[in-house]
Amino acid sequence: MTKANAGTMSGAKMIVKALKDQGVEVVFGYPGGAVLPIYDEIFLQNDIRHVLVRHEQGAIHMAEGYARSTGKPGVALVTSGPGATNAVTGLTDALLDSIPLVVLSGQVPTFMIGTDGFQEADTVGITRPCTKMNWLVRDTERLAETIHTAFHVATSGRPGPVLIDIPKDVQFATADYVAKEKVKASHYQPRVKGDIDQITRLVELLEKAERPIFYTGGGVVNSGPAASQLLRELVDATGFPITSTLMGLGSYPASGQNWLGMLGMHGLYEANLAMHGCDLMINIGARFDDRITGRVADFSPHSVKAHIDIDPSSINKVIRVDVPIIGDVGHVLEDLLRVWKSRGRKVNKDGLAKWWKQIAEWKAVNCLDFKNSDKTIKPQYALQRLEALTKGMDRYITTEVGQHQMWAAQFLGFEAPNRWMTSGGLGTMGYGLPASIGVQIAHPEALVINVAGEASWLMNMQEMGTAMQFRAPVKQFILNNERLGMVRQWQELLHGERYSHSWSESLPDFVKLAEAFGCKGIKCSDPKDLDDAIMEMIRYDGPVIFDCLVEKHENCFPMIPSGKPHNEMLLGEAETQGVIKAGGAVLV
Amino acid sequence: MSALNITKGSTSHSAYDLRDPYAEVIESHTLAVIVANESGVLARVIGLFSGRGYNIDSLTVAEVDHEGHRSRITIVTRGTPQVIEQIKAQLGRLVPVHEVHDLTVEGPSVQRELALIKVAGKGEQRIEALRLAEIFRANVVDSTLESFVFEMTGTPEKIDAFAELMRPLGLREVARTGVAALSRGV
Repeated sequence: MTKANAGTMSGAKMIVKALKDQGVEVVFGYPGGAVLPIYDEIFLQNDIRHVLVRHEQGAIHMAEGYARSTGKPGVALVTSGPGATNAVTGLTDALLDSIPLVVLSGQVPTFMIGTDGFQEADTVGITRPCTKMNWLVRDTERLAETIHTAFHVATSGRPGPVLIDIPKDVQFATADYVAKEKVKASHYQPRVKGDIDQITRLVELLEKAERPIFYTGGGVVNSGPAASQLLRELVDATGFPITSTLMGLGSYPASGQNWLGMLGMHGLYEANLAMHGCDLMINIGARFDDRITGRVADFSPHSVKAHIDIDPSSINKVIRVDVPIIGDVGHVLEDLLRVWKSRGRKVNKDGLAKWWKQIAEWKAVNCLDFKNSDKTIKPQYALQRLEALTKGMDRYITTEVGQHQMWAAQFLGFEAPNRWMTSGGLGTMGYGLPASIGVQIAHPEALVINVAGEASWLMNMQEMGTAMQFRAPVKQFILNNERLGMVRQWQELLHGERYSHSWSESLPDFVKLAEAFGCKGIKCSDPKDLDDAIMEMIRYDGPVIFDCLVEKHENCFPMIPSGKPHNEMLLGEAETQGVIKAGGAVLV
Repeated sequence: MSALNITKGSTSHSAYDLRDPYAEVIESHTLAVIVANESGVLARVIGLFSGRGYNIDSLTVAEVDHEGHRSRITIVTRGTPQVIEQIKAQLGRLVPVHEVHDLTVEGPSVQRELALIKVAGKGEQRIEALRLAEIFRANVVDSTLESFVFEMTGTPEKIDAFAELMRPLGLREVARTGVAALSRGV
């Protein structure tokens, strides 16, 4: 702590200064007793914008939307006790989807910790399993350093949420500010370069493979735009087919000719069968999630598997791989391309030609086909129209969780990374509306649409107030089937059509609700009116709640039932009778 | 079937029962985890084990480098080779963890545990307990006319064996420290 530092200041001032030094432009937060000194400092400056949310869960999801759409860490500020506990769902969501967040929480003064003080909770205890790392700062002298370290940890290696719990007396006390550059380098420096011998082994496999497939995930998005560029170069140069998880959509463009569409439980037929039948699987930044693998024992039984991941614990966790490469996707792909090119850019052309012929046959099944109607709006049709009418626009999509989410993944095409924000790992209903606001705050001029189901949307609908206050013209495209669609679908398939509590009764009138918030409400129930209504939504200069009344009993296909392998997909209603046995029913 | 001549990679069991005890042999491993000595680090390590369903047979922790703020956690755990690898990888990615060593696979190691064992008895039983304690090189650290407290160090198996022998001779209480372990040689 030298004179070169910016001098002595209160902890609260230090927090705001440290955030500025970290390049933070926006903080999503909600005030309360234990963070009042910080809010006082926020009041006294204009560099950092504060977005007042309506519920702390909203703050975290907004920060997630902000982070996912910009590649920068999202920052949230909450008070002690209930403020912190309300943040827990969002933190867990960010942990499972590897979203970099820095969350600051207030805490009762150090001398009151452990006395069950007003709005006291053991925040570091509660959030330890749902953060990548957290800290309770007991001393103002350690505060700036801890904040700088927190940003480093949140954004290094596999990104994730971190939390700093700051007692109120630490905010009031003064100490010397420690600049970002003065902080001792953290020992936490995850390795980014992959092992060159393993990369060379993978190149040898690439050269010979008859039926290869790239299976990509959120790690490509997290690695940054350069990783997506390298991926595109690799795919186009090798001519291999590529599929992606829900989290990785956009890394390779949906219009790209090697694109097979999303894989997994509601993935495309051709993508899943290609995964099942491949002889070389190259996993790039994905984690063999159970939505992807189906029954593990029968997962892609004849393939050699390579796995590129920055997190060593992802390797061999679920699926044993033959070529593990620990490193950052961008760095590894760069080396991979270099080695492959230096060895003469070889691929097994004959094998590939046959493989693509086989894939063409699977594609011909046209697995996303659905029976359209001219009387009711089919949810798939609504998304097809949304896609057609917004294609080419500067568009960002968020979703809630359920059937609409899967249909959005199937029917909307993403040409670039960071354009698709969805709760993948945790499956958090209520994510989409606040996330859309976070995205809109980061991209004020863009078209931001939250594809929602009415049940999910209601979970955080209070955030419409935030959208109004901060003039975030987010479009809430609600596919309203008056059902908890995915729950209903599982009850139909697994529980003898006993629809236990899976319908939405006493729904609000969404148009009146929009009016109550002061924004625009649109209701549409006739397929003939849909295009005009969507255009009206897009053109309106402000937030819109679009109540799209859709077919109530539509099921989401294709579907790999729980406990089934990839090659036992269901393509439509006719195939669903009695397919899921008791063994599958116990799985989620 | 494949042009690629490498053993295939899929596991034989489901993600939902990864730790199927019949799928593979269960091994016991002793891990030495060097951590930053900061608050919450032990909770983080223990939380990892309970949260992911791993076993802890023994756990010891103490600061070993005051200047460098380092503590050493010694964990004896059990699992299939795949689970053991997962445990090490999961420990390794915790931010305050500096090093993870698997002493079971990194070459020979010494393992020691300290135990205090209270035995109560009279007459021949009491003499027999003392005689066995001598054979096991246990020290008497407390004595009354009706009881002894023995102190002994050794491998967990040696302590198990001694405690087992004391059972018919009036074993009352056992306190054990858990295993401390170091690799042999430099």
